[in-house]
Amino acid sequence: MVQFHLDSTSGVPAYLQIVQQVRQAISLGVLRPGDQLPTIKEVVGSLAINPNTVVKAYRELDLAGILDARRGQGTFVSDDVEGSPDHDYAPLRAELVKWLSRARGAGLDDEAIRALVASTLRTELSVRAVA
Amino acid sequence: MTVRSALSCEGLGKRYGSTWALRDCTLRIPAGSVTALVGPNGAGKTTLLQLAVGMSAPTAGEIEIFGWSPQREPQMVLPRIGFVAQDHPLYRGFTLADMLSFGRRLNARWDEKLARRRLDSLGLQLSQRVGKLSGGQQAQVALTLALAKRPELLLLDEPAAALDPLARREFLQALMEGVAEEGVTVVLSSHILADLERVCDHLVILSRAHVALADSTEEIARSHRLLTGATRGVDEIAQLHSVVHANTTDRQTTVLVRANGHVYDSHWQVSNVDLEQIVLAYLALDPVRTPEQPVMSA
Repeated sequence: MVQFHLDSTSGVPAYLQIVQQVRQAISLGVLRPGDQLPTIKEVVGSLAINPNTVVKAYRELDLAGILDARRGQGTFVSDDVEGSPDHDYAPLRAELVKWLSRARGAGLDDEAIRALVASTLRTELSVRAVA
Repeated sequence: MTVRSALSCEGLGKRYGSTWALRDCTLRIPAGSVTALVGPNGAGKTTLLQLAVGMSAPTAGEIEIFGWSPQREPQMVLPRIGFVAQDHPLYRGFTLADMLSFGRRLNARWDEKLARRRLDSLGLQLSQRVGKLSGGQQAQVALTLALAKRPELLLLDEPAAALDPLARREFLQALMEGVAEEGVTVVLSSHILADLERVCDHLVILSRAHVALADSTEEIARSHRLLTGATRGVDEIAQLHSVVHANTTDRQTTVLVRANGHVYDSHWQVSNVDLEQIVLAYLALDPVRTPEQPVMSA
């Protein structure tokens, strides 16, 4: 079962954080088609948040065809979702760990590393959009 | 779509001697919402809650709970509400079993199963005495009794103020589970927003006995914008948007506005503000500049 966590300093609304975490869990293969999500009550009980926040996140994912709310049974990852292929992320992760230690060696702290990754992603996205 | 009101008041006021504890209070709290009632100590939060449960009578105006007056029709109102007062009043010499039988005899809609299940999940024994419990446990017992009454509207006055951060979080978790299970409407007061930001979907800000702002948190976040720019007057921007707070140094002017649609003005850099900053700006309102009319949507 996935567990959600909220970053209250991110400025991203709580429901969007849940939406993003479900999408991420699917793209990382943590959640697969047919997997059950925690009930509203379970999420609310672990995060101490308003139930409507979870309802809103699940509804948005349902409308996007990613989740499937089955009456009386619970909420599941839709069978139509393309599950993540059985990738082994270990090599990528190992490269990333090496890169991180180089970045720290160059004097970057966590915040600077996140900023660098975020700005590189943005540039790369805009380059891809033009291409 | 019209949503039923759990609590509504119109021109509501309460005066103690020559001091108004609450004045010209007009608002509507929709059924099914979790509303935070925020303001500094002495702003009128407790007064509003006491008027809501009929513990005191209004000096002016009207208050209704699901359409009934707590003063004139208590038989309609009392079975529908649960109230957890600031100091979680429990009988300290009672055991938890005594507290349950007390609740059972006084409340027609009492849900014994719910009460026992909740106490059980808190790891409490029915033979334990209330006076021997920790502050956090007493707060949880008070919440359990209030929920077992099966109210449609649960009012809590500073429920977590005296608790340590862990107990506070556990209390809010239990409260939100109650909301998820029972669908109860919740109004809870606090002098700080920090804890409540995640749990509430509506917000009422009380300041100096007046309603400064009342709306859904979504609408509040959507409509408020922080404008920053080189030092300049705010008259021009005030013609289009309501200025909540303005601050000027020799270099820069910062303005929090409740925007009337989009802000298009090349003089200003426009950014989003979080709920806590918005609340602080309303609470910091200089009394001289406090608008006569509360800033509220219809």
